[in-house]
Amino acid sequence: MSKLQNALVSGVRAVLSQVPAGWLPGGTPDPLIDKRVSLGTQQTRVDGPLKVRGAARFAAEIPMSGLHYAAFVHSTIARGQIAEIDTAVAESAPGVCLVMTYRNAPKLAVVPPIGLSNLKAAGNNILPVMQDAQVRWNGQVVAVVVAQTQDQADHAATLVKVRYDPDPARTDFEAGKAHAHTPDSILIEKNRLLKGNASKALAEAEAACRVDAVYRTPWHNHNFIEPSAATIVWEGERLIIHDATQMLSATAASLAKVFGIKEQQVHVKSPYVGGGFGGKALWDHQILAAAAAKLAARPVRIVLSRAGVTRLIGGRTQTEQRVALAADAKGKLKALLHHGYSVKPKHSVCDEQYGLTGRSLYACDSLDIVQHHVDLDVVANTFMRGPGEAPGTFAIECAVDELAHQLAIDPIELRRRNAPECDPATGAPHSQSAMMLAYDQGAERFGWKRRSPVPRSRRKGEWLVGMGCATGTFPYVRMPGMSVRITLDARGFAHVASAAHEMGMGTATVQRQHAADRLGLPLDKVSVEIGDSSLPFGSFAGGSSQTASLGAAISAASSSLVGELLRIAGNDTPLAGIRASEVEYFAEGLRSRADPRRHETFASILKRARRDDVSATGASGAPLEMLKFAMHSTSAIFCELRVSEVTGEVRVDRLVGAFDCGRILNPQTATSQFKGGMIMGLGMALTEETLLDERNGRIMSTSLAEYHVPVHLDVPELEVLWTDIPDPRAPLGARGIGEIGITGVAAAVANAVFNATGKRIRQLPLTLDKILAP
Amino acid sequence: MAIGINGTDYAAPVDPRVSLLDFLREQAGLTGTKLGCNQGACGACTVLIDDERVLSCLTLAVQADGRKVRTIEGLSDAHGNLHPLQVAFIKHDGFQCGYCTPGQICSAVAMAEEVRRGDPSHVTANLAAGPQGPTRSEIAERMSGNLCRCGAHNGIISAIEELLEGGRA
Amino acid sequence: MKPFIYTRPADGAEALSLAARSNQTRFLGGGTNLVDLMRQNVETPAEVLDVTRLRADIEQSASGGLIVGAAVRNTTLAVHPYVRQRFPVLSRALLSGASAQIRNMATVGGNIMQRTRCAYFYDVAGARCNKRNPGGGCDAIGGFTRYHAILGASEHCVATHPSDMCVALAALDATVHIVGPDGERRVPITEFHVLPGDHPEVETVLRPAELITAVEISPSAMAARSEYRKVRDRSSYAFALVSVAGAIEIAQGRIADVRIALGGVAAKPWRAARAEALLRGKEVSQKQFLDAAESELAAARPLEGNRFKIELAKRTIAAVLSDLAGGAA
Repeated sequence: MSKLQNALVSGVRAVLSQVPAGWLPGGTPDPLIDKRVSLGTQQTRVDGPLKVRGAARFAAEIPMSGLHYAAFVHSTIARGQIAEIDTAVAESAPGVCLVMTYRNAPKLAVVPPIGLSNLKAAGNNILPVMQDAQVRWNGQVVAVVVAQTQDQADHAATLVKVRYDPDPARTDFEAGKAHAHTPDSILIEKNRLLKGNASKALAEAEAACRVDAVYRTPWHNHNFIEPSAATIVWEGERLIIHDATQMLSATAASLAKVFGIKEQQVHVKSPYVGGGFGGKALWDHQILAAAAAKLAARPVRIVLSRAGVTRLIGGRTQTEQRVALAADAKGKLKALLHHGYSVKPKHSVCDEQYGLTGRSLYACDSLDIVQHHVDLDVVANTFMRGPGEAPGTFAIECAVDELAHQLAIDPIELRRRNAPECDPATGAPHSQSAMMLAYDQGAERFGWKRRSPVPRSRRKGEWLVGMGCATGTFPYVRMPGMSVRITLDARGFAHVASAAHEMGMGTATVQRQHAADRLGLPLDKVSVEIGDSSLPFGSFAGGSSQTASLGAAISAASSSLVGELLRIAGNDTPLAGIRASEVEYFAEGLRSRADPRRHETFASILKRARRDDVSATGASGAPLEMLKFAMHSTSAIFCELRVSEVTGEVRVDRLVGAFDCGRILNPQTATSQFKGGMIMGLGMALTEETLLDERNGRIMSTSLAEYHVPVHLDVPELEVLWTDIPDPRAPLGARGIGEIGITGVAAAVANAVFNATGKRIRQLPLTLDKILAP
Repeated sequence: MAIGINGTDYAAPVDPRVSLLDFLREQAGLTGTKLGCNQGACGACTVLIDDERVLSCLTLAVQADGRKVRTIEGLSDAHGNLHPLQVAFIKHDGFQCGYCTPGQICSAVAMAEEVRRGDPSHVTANLAAGPQGPTRSEIAERMSGNLCRCGAHNGIISAIEELLEGGRA
Repeated sequence: MKPFIYTRPADGAEALSLAARSNQTRFLGGGTNLVDLMRQNVETPAEVLDVTRLRADIEQSASGGLIVGAAVRNTTLAVHPYVRQRFPVLSRALLSGASAQIRNMATVGGNIMQRTRCAYFYDVAGARCNKRNPGGGCDAIGGFTRYHAILGASEHCVATHPSDMCVALAALDATVHIVGPDGERRVPITEFHVLPGDHPEVETVLRPAELITAVEISPSAMAARSEYRKVRDRSSYAFALVSVAGAIEIAQGRIADVRIALGGVAAKPWRAARAEALLRGKEVSQKQFLDAAESELAAARPLEGNRFKIELAKRTIAAVLSDLAGGAA
């Protein structure tokens, strides 16, 4: 972001280091870390029956009378102007009621960019949408067709004739590096980190004690199975959008800005999202479809084709990362250098913060870290599961493995010798960190002892067998502002409501367990409602932050609720005269801490008060604990695989992940989250690659047949374990787990490939041609 | 002629372009079958036609004229009880976002029948003899036409294993 | 998709007479390729003739071969006991293709007629393609060519034929039965698909209004000792980078006869005739297999993105033959 930002954040950190830990949020460990009834138990998903029946309605499945369908025409040049656009034939095609281009699109403000200073901003691609004849990337929408059926709209879209005046376009990454921009900040951290003298340490290290290599990862696409879609209707000046989104509240607020209406006039509903992974937020398609719906005065459904998703929703940028390590003969790290290039067009909001990965992983005397952004005329890159850490761990963890091999030190032992006691970059104390315990537990489960450190020493027929490991990591994030309303009804049932999100992580299931334990209720007396922007503010489901943010919000709301209950309890309550701070939730009601016999149920309180219900709202406060402490989750990933000596094909037989993520709230949903990340990591390692043709900036891998995500046969039975050690500063003792699963996997696979073949491949995906190459 | 869907007859659409998938979702109001890619590359749109699993996105609705289509909505019994496989999916957490789920389930129901018939697969060692018991690898290969991006693979296979062991489908 | 008329001819004769009315008709099988091509606007027929209810039977011929109706579904052919026992390469090839759902839908005729999956071929709006627009240029050349040809390509087109089944049929010397306005004829599968040359838009020898009615596979003792190996980027549900259909007959430690066909390397299944000729009569050994493969691939003209296919093809050929020879090599 900026130098000013850097200064501010440093300032806050400095102040916080003087403040006693107990004064901060999370200063007193959450009692629910240990006092658990529903939390920590295996509960099947509350939305399970709906999902297995196909009855959970997604964004394109909301019935609406008078519904029309939209189709997009995408540009075929990367940069230039629309010289001529002929819509006459399309307009007169059967069923068509509108063709919208920059000539007749309504005036739209530029969407506010996602940023940590504005939690109500959802914009990913910060450009005017259809306000001029400019083309800024290959795939930008140049026309929207609205018709009575999808087939009519799709066909009419092919009848729109566009002629372009192309301009020279910057689509070459290599060439773009020469003009790369070095930002002042990466997220809230200073970009350029220099600690000690890494160059000197590297220069002085003996060859065997030094690694200096370049690692490359390609562009990736989220490729959730539900294509981005929305069903949109205007009711006067009210905009109602059934969306597929990870950012309900921010989308509502941002669309309001775009259309120049009030926030309360926009209603975003998204109870179920068919996979997000960072890619289901606010892009051009919702804006265009809403604009078309307004212009056509008809409800509109937009379902992006796979090609449309690829061209409009950015993906993870490619990276080129140089990692250099220097150590002494015993493997103690003297220097960690991490320099890299990735793509970030000026209209993008995503830093792809791989430069933050190395700041927390290992104790090291000197650090030299910086990221450079390459501005290209391509669709804006965006957040994809584990932004930063996913590619960052590939580079660093491969380098660490190379160092281990050179020094003939066991890779786990090498990490043990460098396990940090505090944050290597800032010196901040860890809130909780047990990386080596995760390694030891994982190694035991995996059978790491069976590994031979000598490459090419194990064979099964035509297959070379190898084992590798790597560290995964992800920071704890809690978002301020996440709000929850808790309502108790006359029966004493609790209803928890928030504009939170469900993309498959089991939000309602887990928070129901949380609310039940928080309020002293059995599970079946708690319901959780999410997925609607008219509910209390929801910060985005990203950065693995939702659970901690909701956790804090529910905790805050339940504290407020005590006050409300006491307020209406009247004078005849057994709790009369007791202050809110001296009361606790227990057995479906409240009781005095000092004298537990003084107890009254919610139902009883409400009955006496002659109330149908009572509510309180609470919000997640400023996450100061993040600035005072180094709060990270770490993992140890183990991989055993086979490489064919005939074809170079790689088949993974075992993948074990041991996670140090704080307390686990629901073993079933947690296992699924971890496995989900790990499987995405397998794809990242072995098969996934977005094909961006640099000749014209056009993405050529526009289908799921060309972009290979792992299929069932690719996926072995994964094993997942966890330390379950609470983080005393996180609500519920739990840190987020949605993204850490993908981190470290690609390196573990690459390291296993090296162990199998003796070949070090530093570029993803690890396809057979790279293995066969001499 | 009519398209039979879950026991009810529907007139085929006038526009032959309409895919069976779109017909189900937009005209028959049966949104349980999902549109994942509309190109035959993900399996989310899998339905049963005359008990065989097929992709509804590449089937023109008119091609289903005179045939019997069963969708996820038609898997529950007459009383609305979940099919044993649906129960197993919940138990083994064979889904996360739930979008690929109807396709996985319909695909697996037909797959179970293929295994029962002794049809070989790409991983069957003895082609002439057929599969020797549905191993996880057999199930995984046979289900590879159904993509899952959330990573529910292990749960899906476990749920199907339970179905096949139970001998009910 | 462009609007079209859908017709289901009652029999072959009606199919032919309808097809003869215009060159804007296409025969529709399972739709697994044609419907996709139509939705992507690569194919824009005015009329579509559904031939799935025409010849869908598998007959054993008197000589012990098979005559497979063109409307037979891929799955049906793959799981047929006779095919599994006598022509395992064919069953294996079919089972390795696509997904179960697609195999259930796709017909044998459609499998033969399927078109390339080249991404530039599919990109109607944004890429130049000499198949779609003769003389328009080829954007695959100089682009992403991982799935493209190393043999038999031309400066106008480097696409490959994606079928697995056809590779096995080529190894089995199958014959395609065709019926048309000029009557019936038979074409060996190895001659059915044509190389791009100067006219990549011409992909087969099929004449206007001709319809494939069946595929005939001759009896062959050698075919019982046959195999298909498909090499791809993920373990299932992916097209071949390279595939090999092989069959071998060994007598007294020598190769009495051999069949090798390659997939993923050309615009048609590639009969490795040169390798076959070199191998006949030779002793069974890995070296012989590799030398023969080397000789076959000597004509390869790789592109930057598919250079690896040469080495990969050699190794896979040798591995398949070695496996068929009972690991004797």
